[in-house]
Amino acid sequence: MARSDVQLMLDAKAGDTASFDFLLVKYRSPLVNFLFRMVRDQATAEDLAQEVFLRVYRARKQYTPSAKFTTWLFRIATNVALNSVRDNRHQKMQVSLDAPASGEEEAAPRELPAREMRIDEHLLERDRVAFIQRAVASLPEKQRAAVLLHKYEEMDYAEIAKVLDCTEGALKSLLFRAYESLRVQLAPLVSQAAQPRAGEGRPS
Amino acid sequence: MKCEDVSKGLIAYLDRRTDSAERHEIEEHLAHCADCRARAGEFRGVWSAMDELPAVEPSFGFDARVRQRIAAEPQRAWFRWLVPQPRLAFAAALLVVLAVWVAQRPGNSGNAGIPGPTAAATEQDFNAIKDLGVLENYDVVTKMDALSELVPTAAQQPEKPQPSPSESND
Repeated sequence: MARSDVQLMLDAKAGDTASFDFLLVKYRSPLVNFLFRMVRDQATAEDLAQEVFLRVYRARKQYTPSAKFTTWLFRIATNVALNSVRDNRHQKMQVSLDAPASGEEEAAPRELPAREMRIDEHLLERDRVAFIQRAVASLPEKQRAAVLLHKYEEMDYAEIAKVLDCTEGALKSLLFRAYESLRVQLAPLVSQAAQPRAGEGRPS
Repeated sequence: MKCEDVSKGLIAYLDRRTDSAERHEIEEHLAHCADCRARAGEFRGVWSAMDELPAVEPSFGFDARVRQRIAAEPQRAWFRWLVPQPRLAFAAALLVVLAVWVAQRPGNSGNAGIPGPTAAATEQDFNAIKDLGVLENYDVVTKMDALSELVPTAAQQPEKPQPSPSESND
């Protein structure tokens, strides 16, 4: 009989490295994908995933099965990802502040093209994937984490709320805002969607 | 049910996370509201679009790198755990020694302000030692006025007069 994740972690806690190895093999792909969608860079995502496994390993002695293993794992992963995103943003901000100002840029303020123009450009590139990736990446990091956990990890609301350390009510609001934002951004791709049918769930 | 309420409940509805009463209300609303129906379709379209995002695979050697870092961990953890121990042990030992020394100091016997017999003896010894150099100098001793009066007695032992410290002090 296959051991549960919690049992594997408890065995790892007791010193069984093979159990930890099993968890590593089982969760490396979901973790790397989650982190890749959070930070949009595979090398960074893999570094962060290694950091997550290392933290899990370090914390194995203190592990108590009070929640699902995935809740604990993705909570660590989300914290690592959010820290990385914030650090990266901070670094970019410092670079842009430290960079010498270009006289040309100052003279001619950057004009954003109209929304329709930008979408057309994306569609002309025939790069739907990049367009969708950019839409997901444009979400505020906590909304992005909520959507990724909901869509790809298929966690229930209670579990996602625990991962993000918020109430279920706050999570529902977070998810609604995130999907509403995606609905608007991806409108050119999703306008031809089928009419809802009663009781139909989300496509998987 | 208002459109605003339906919008907020659409995610849960499409995700089959609503109870039967709420689901029934939303379905009734959708049957009559084209805008909300369209919105529900768009949400479903968002989910379909997100399915198009490709999954990435961890690169070759990912597991090995994790295992390598983990293999290095116990040593580091043990080292980190061990480092503060000698310091703590040393500090504790020092504290114990200090406590014993302070507890056993003569001044802590309870009558520190009153010089007892021990203190008196120490003072006497000190005075004796203080004059020892003088007493051992034979020339000085023989010329001392105080000793000249004791000549007859001292003549019995002319070579080495050995006045006691108490006599010389008198």
